[in-house]
Amino acid sequence: MRHVYPFSAIVGQDEMKLAILIAAVEPAIGGVLVLGDRGTGKSTAVRGLANLLPSMTAVLGCTYHCDPASGALCADCVRRKADLAGKRLKTVQLPVPVIDLPLGASEDRVVGALDLERALSQGIKVFEPGLLARAHRGFLYIDEVNLLDDHLVDLLIDVAASGENVVEREGLSVRHPARFVLVGSGNPEEGELRPQLLDRFGLSVEVRTPNEIAQRVEVVKRRDAFERDPDAFTATWAKADAKVQRQIQKGRERLAGMTVPDAVLTRAAQLCQAVGSDGLRGELTLMRAARALAALQGDAVVDDGHLKRVAPSALRHRLRRNPLDDTGSSERIERAVADLWGS
Amino acid sequence: MVASDLTRAAWLLAVDPVGLGGAWLRGAAGEARDAWLANLRHALPPDTPWRRVPLQIDDERLLGGMDLAASLAAGRPVQEAGLLAQASGGLLLLPMAERASAGLAARLALALDSDADIALLAFDEGLPPDEALAPVLAERLALVVEPNRAEPLMPPPFDLADARLALAQIPFDDDAVQALCHVAQALGIASLRPAWQAWRVACVAAACAGHGTVEQADAELAARLVLSPRARTLPAPPASPEASQQPEQPAPPSAGAPDAPADPALAPSVEPRVEPPVEAPADSTPQAPSADAPASATPPQATAPLADQMLHAAAAAIPPGLLAALAGASGRRPATSAGRSGTAAAATSGRAIGARRGLPRGHARLDLLATLRAAIPWQRLRLQERHQAGLPPSAARLLLQRDDFHVRRHQSPQQTTTVFVVDASGSQAVQRLAEAKGAVELLLADCYVRRDQVALIAFRGDGAQTLLPPTRSLVRARRALSDLPGGGGTPLAHGIDAATALALRLQARAGGRAQIVFLTDARANIDRAGRPGRESAMHDAMAAARRLAASGLRCLLIDTALRPQPATRAMAQAMAGRYLALPMGQAAAVSRAVQAGL
Repeated sequence: MRHVYPFSAIVGQDEMKLAILIAAVEPAIGGVLVLGDRGTGKSTAVRGLANLLPSMTAVLGCTYHCDPASGALCADCVRRKADLAGKRLKTVQLPVPVIDLPLGASEDRVVGALDLERALSQGIKVFEPGLLARAHRGFLYIDEVNLLDDHLVDLLIDVAASGENVVEREGLSVRHPARFVLVGSGNPEEGELRPQLLDRFGLSVEVRTPNEIAQRVEVVKRRDAFERDPDAFTATWAKADAKVQRQIQKGRERLAGMTVPDAVLTRAAQLCQAVGSDGLRGELTLMRAARALAALQGDAVVDDGHLKRVAPSALRHRLRRNPLDDTGSSERIERAVADLWGS
Repeated sequence: MVASDLTRAAWLLAVDPVGLGGAWLRGAAGEARDAWLANLRHALPPDTPWRRVPLQIDDERLLGGMDLAASLAAGRPVQEAGLLAQASGGLLLLPMAERASAGLAARLALALDSDADIALLAFDEGLPPDEALAPVLAERLALVVEPNRAEPLMPPPFDLADARLALAQIPFDDDAVQALCHVAQALGIASLRPAWQAWRVACVAAACAGHGTVEQADAELAARLVLSPRARTLPAPPASPEASQQPEQPAPPSAGAPDAPADPALAPSVEPRVEPPVEAPADSTPQAPSADAPASATPPQATAPLADQMLHAAAAAIPPGLLAALAGASGRRPATSAGRSGTAAAATSGRAIGARRGLPRGHARLDLLATLRAAIPWQRLRLQERHQAGLPPSAARLLLQRDDFHVRRHQSPQQTTTVFVVDASGSQAVQRLAEAKGAVELLLADCYVRRDQVALIAFRGDGAQTLLPPTRSLVRARRALSDLPGGGGTPLAHGIDAATALALRLQARAGGRAQIVFLTDARANIDRAGRPGRESAMHDAMAAARRLAASGLRCLLIDTALRPQPATRAMAQAMAGRYLALPMGQAAAVSRAVQAGL
């Protein structure tokens, strides 16, 4: 069995790593979009994340690994709870799912379908959960999201917005919770992402190949060490990974008690106004991301520094722009940040 | 007898198939390719799995799943192993890889990334400007092989098992890796995978040659096999930082150089960049192999000669014409997946238009109602049959048989491609050309909103050129347009022919629709044979226009002449297309008219 490359061993790409960690601390951020050249460690980072996340408590035997503490339980768990009449549900510790949604996946596989096997052998109508059910409370990763079929994109947008997967097909009528962090990656040179989907992503990151030879050499060196002896390599980086895991854990605990001062909120609003981002989603994401960053770093109060650091990722893809105008959105944000804070 | 690079590539793959991911075989099927495969198969242990992946393979067959027909016959679920599992520890062969759907490519890429323990041989028979292997796969296959001659069968001069053992012992060599990274960067390779793959190939080469460490020859072989075929720029000076990140612009003069290994012109273009041990900041000349980061473990001076030699080797191995082809093919990938595999019944989304008999596998969706309708009339008969056969009563209330299954039929989603044909000849004064560009840009924006694809053909001088194969990427479309040079004769017939051919190819795909927009003053003066002369050129252009009309494609001719000529209108009529004059500086008006008209 091949091992998963450790998250902390990825060279550089700090913005991408930070965005993923912010999403891990605050799933409400609405997903991360990673755009850039091939071979820059996009998939590696997401797959490495699976080993990094603290495990989660789930209802024992639940297909959708419902959170016993949450209000939004699946129909099965609601029944279970009713049967127990006030007693607590049995729980189990599970790893947080990181699910790959491959391009060209059939709709059946994504939303779930009638379980043909059992329909045929036992003559019963059972719903076979799809990838959306498996990704509940975890991450859904779509490589080459810009090449995804339009009908799947529509479906994902709908589920991501409502947090619920509704299946009405083949005589089935099923609804189950499906809250997940959407992580998409792609190379814009190979096709544009549909604007509606673009807006659904909370953070957007641009990754580039490092231009410094030293960094490139380091990438090859670590990859080589990993391929030769995955066990030893993973062990070497286990400590760093564990540190990041603790950081996420602590960040989550701190997040609830975090407050954002009004001054910072005003700043966020000013920034959004200055760059002309559409709608209120920008402000909201900016605020959430800054709060998650502060929690992640262990800071007591959210301040302008946090805002400044997450502003490019949170706003880059929300600027109203001429679809043909490819001048960097990042620069526009940086300029606005400099104007507001600076001088 | 010394083995060629071709044969050695086969040996390298045999030693470390999983580590290298496989090979990207470019070129048509034929003796040369078969000979290469024979060499590879001969070098591999005889029991290595060797499986072909058909293009229309479905998920169940590839990844494993329930065998519906067998399950029905047996009355219990029967699982079948997928092709990936069957090929474990061996090779998967993907013929006509350029036609593989995005979905299949993604799944195979996922398998290569995972612990499936397979290597892939992708047979890319595509013609460069129009079709190529999906980048997601091309990235993951270390070796790029172009079998151009049939090599004799040669047993490897080393023991496979020994070489595999030796491979694990090759130590990491900082200098060699640094040199390979330099070369990768100098050749404009943005991805980090090739550098790592080249290092792996160098290690395998060293293991095969019985070297204890990676030697110069091993690294050079690796650079030739992995890096050269992926080159996006020649290691020549005209490089801005931008060019290294978006390596769309090859250096045209050397790209067409005949027989590169003997070409001395390449050498001087390399040397001046490498020799001075520059301390320049890394971002000012990222192309320069010696513009090293100060933090690197080895001083640049030590690496430069090594990288220098390797760069020579790599540059010499870039086949002529490759760069031009790559520039056209880079990132080219139609965004649709439906119908790309060439299977007629591929439509799985869109409006449902009834049911047909068939098993619900892969993308085909079960039509439950139709299935029940087909099964119900036979229930009494089947019960009797079961009874007579002495079988116990079934657990299922409904007795289904394979023939009962119906799946939904869908109308395939339409993918419209607008082919823009832009006249870039000298008769189009610079200003008019700029206006035409403006009009095209507005149309592009409209196509973007409608999720259409666009393609761009320009004609000037003595021929037509596809500047942009069908794409949805506006960034690329815009760049192709802004790079469009003007001047030269007006080979209108070539332009019409090229557009017709491209549009017909697009229509041939399932759910494909194409429309053509010409922007020209239609004053042809170069005929099909490339000879100047207005009369014969107009004659040829009219003939091409009539052929276009016969093909039934929708088209629009926008007259960009300052004074619209009746001859141009006649040309549009011959095409059976609409005619529109571009009023001075009113690109937006034209855009509106086109939207309304097409």
